[in-house]
Amino acid sequence: MTALPSLILRTAVRWISPLLLLFSLFLLLRGHYEPGGGFSGGLIAATGFALLTFGYSLNTARRLLRVPPITLVAVGIGLSLATGILALITGKPFLTGLWVKVPLAGTVTLELGTPLLFDVGVYLTVIGATLTMLFEFAEE
Amino acid sequence: MEFLFAIMIGTLYGCSLYLLLRRSIVKLAIGLILLGNGANLLIFSAGGLVRGRPPLVPEDATSVPAPYADPLPQALILTAIVISFGVLVFAVALIYRTYRALATDDLDDLTATDRLGEVPEAAHQPVVPVGVSASNSQDGR
Amino acid sequence: MGLLVTLPLLLSLAFSLTLFAVRRRRTASHVLAIIGASALLALAIALLVVVAREGLQVVALGEWPAPYGIVLVADLFSAAMVLICALVSWATIVYATAWIDPERERTGFYPLVFALLLGVNGAFLTGDLFNLYVWFEVMLMASFVLLVLGAERGQVEGGIKYVSLNLLASAFFLSATGILYGISGTLNFADLSRVLSGTDPRILDLVAVLFGIAFGIKAGVFPLFFWLPASYHTPPVPVSALFAGLLTKVGVYALVRVFTLLFVHNPGWTHTLLLGCAALTMLTGVFGALAQHDVRRILSFHIVSQIGYMIFGLALLTPLGLASSVFYLIHHIVVKTNLFLIGGLIERAFGTGSLDRLGGIFRERAWLGLLFLIPAFSLAGIPPLSGFTAKLLVIRAGLATHSYLATAIAVVVGLFTLLSMLKIWNEAFWKAPPEGGHADTASVQYNARLILPTIVLAAVTLYLGIAGEMLLGLSMKAAEQLLDPAGYRAAVLGTVNPVVIAGG
Repeated sequence: MTALPSLILRTAVRWISPLLLLFSLFLLLRGHYEPGGGFSGGLIAATGFALLTFGYSLNTARRLLRVPPITLVAVGIGLSLATGILALITGKPFLTGLWVKVPLAGTVTLELGTPLLFDVGVYLTVIGATLTMLFEFAEE
Repeated sequence: MEFLFAIMIGTLYGCSLYLLLRRSIVKLAIGLILLGNGANLLIFSAGGLVRGRPPLVPEDATSVPAPYADPLPQALILTAIVISFGVLVFAVALIYRTYRALATDDLDDLTATDRLGEVPEAAHQPVVPVGVSASNSQDGR
Repeated sequence: MGLLVTLPLLLSLAFSLTLFAVRRRRTASHVLAIIGASALLALAIALLVVVAREGLQVVALGEWPAPYGIVLVADLFSAAMVLICALVSWATIVYATAWIDPERERTGFYPLVFALLLGVNGAFLTGDLFNLYVWFEVMLMASFVLLVLGAERGQVEGGIKYVSLNLLASAFFLSATGILYGISGTLNFADLSRVLSGTDPRILDLVAVLFGIAFGIKAGVFPLFFWLPASYHTPPVPVSALFAGLLTKVGVYALVRVFTLLFVHNPGWTHTLLLGCAALTMLTGVFGALAQHDVRRILSFHIVSQIGYMIFGLALLTPLGLASSVFYLIHHIVVKTNLFLIGGLIERAFGTGSLDRLGGIFRERAWLGLLFLIPAFSLAGIPPLSGFTAKLLVIRAGLATHSYLATAIAVVVGLFTLLSMLKIWNEAFWKAPPEGGHADTASVQYNARLILPTIVLAAVTLYLGIAGEMLLGLSMKAAEQLLDPAGYRAAVLGTVNPVVIAGG
């Protein structure tokens, strides 16, 4: 894989990967009310790291991710579980969405809810799971 | 539309069945992939095919106008795709390891755990590290 | 009270994550794993008590009412299954802390075991067909990895067979679910049971057979059991024991659930088919076992044979038949897990599970022989052990419905099971040790954590045999609930008046 690093791919990845990561965050937040969400966002983010693996090397991708991907899976599932339990604490059934309305300027209010946190958990889990598989195969 | 889907699903099931019955492990894996895809399309078409009517409530209404695309089958398929993707990645890794360890792609050679009598001592040996077995097998690709 | 139904799942997942975090620290892993297993056991007891007192417990996850959202439902049958699953997993986890090598522990043995329990508990508690599929896959993913963890040659080979057959089963499950959704437009068990009573029975026959194949593969029913004896003896003993106790039983549970709640439109066809499969499963399993010469392989074939008895009870579709199925399931899970664990004790001390190279164990360790005899005789159905009551119930249920041939097979298979157990006894415990056999075995000391679980499970077997009244009463009540789909519907759907979705 590292035998023939294509110059074109390398140069392109330098620009595309950060853009993909940014786009993945956009998708994650957009999923709040519109099509998008943690799952597709996570896949896009994983694509960013996959491109790094192919354009540069496995080690570069690992270094930039900072944590082992399997840890991301655990943290993601943990976060989703915690948001579900949050509902239990307030006496509602597991996974019930809780909402807070934050008034912004004028008539605009921002509705923050646990589904967003749950989605962040999904986002992390998807990145972690996809990259665990990818890194495992890239190592061979 | 339904007719085309039916033909396509049937073809997928047929191809996968053919591949599953081959002796090669790789073809077995491809057969399982096709089977999963066939099942997913089956769910999709069983839920009813509706074109261009997303199940979204319009601004000035309280419910969705009657012929709309049922979102549930798509949610089911998405879940099924994710799950089968995960399981298949695992299966491919397993096949790769088997190939490295036994240097065979033939299912008929996988009889060590079925044979009568004693479990061969080799069954409890760890699979040989990747590099070593590759240099030993004749067709290391 | 809905909390109790959700907690077994939450706790399994939480412990799986915590154990993952501490997987590199051995002692912490051991302590946490045992605490987790004990907590699950306590919870399961509480759940059973509540369900027995107050009837069905239903929770709508995320406050989405059935049939639109996913519900968790605990009736007596599922609560009893959760409890017995918690009991054997407790025993296996305690046993595993003294058995599993550090390498496997570091790669995540305990997190995987709890992930497996999450899937198993989820499958028992869910009230939604597609959700059941998801739990099956959670369970299978965890079991795939557990099966090949350590990557020994035999494990990888057994793994291929296990994975491909189970993927095939999943594809069948998925196709059947798709068709069923196409017919009915719902996936909630209670709602399905309401809708299906008014649909064309011919297409239901087809779907029923598809589900029968899907769950039949997972349960190891007659023509579909080949993966089981090929893979169950390859992983370390605690994994074998856990799989033997739980995995196929989830398949049986699913069969019982769908063939009492959903597909009762044409028992003359579907349940007669099941009856034939049950009889053949009993026979092939026991004859397969007679040909084997390795302790764990013999036991693997007996799993297949015993599955036949449970399906037999289901196929009769009478209160007594279903009660015998429930009773048999509970008895069998305890006994079979224990037999695998004891087989492991033999393998540990004598270095092999092959009957040709064993012998004279009784002279060296008489207590091990006695410990083996309790579950072995229970499996064969000797009074006063739990297996006797279980077999008696099956036979009485069979006679009551005039299924004489199948009942006769059940009796004969019981005799052959006894023969098979006596073979292990004679070869491993009684006969003279083989020439130049195990010399230094006397020095092998068992850790207390290896022995305690086997003694506890043996005690449970004895208790279920001697004081069988309680379990019998429970099974009868569970069977009544199973045969009362209207009660299930009322509890789940409650006052909600489901509107049929147009265009579905």
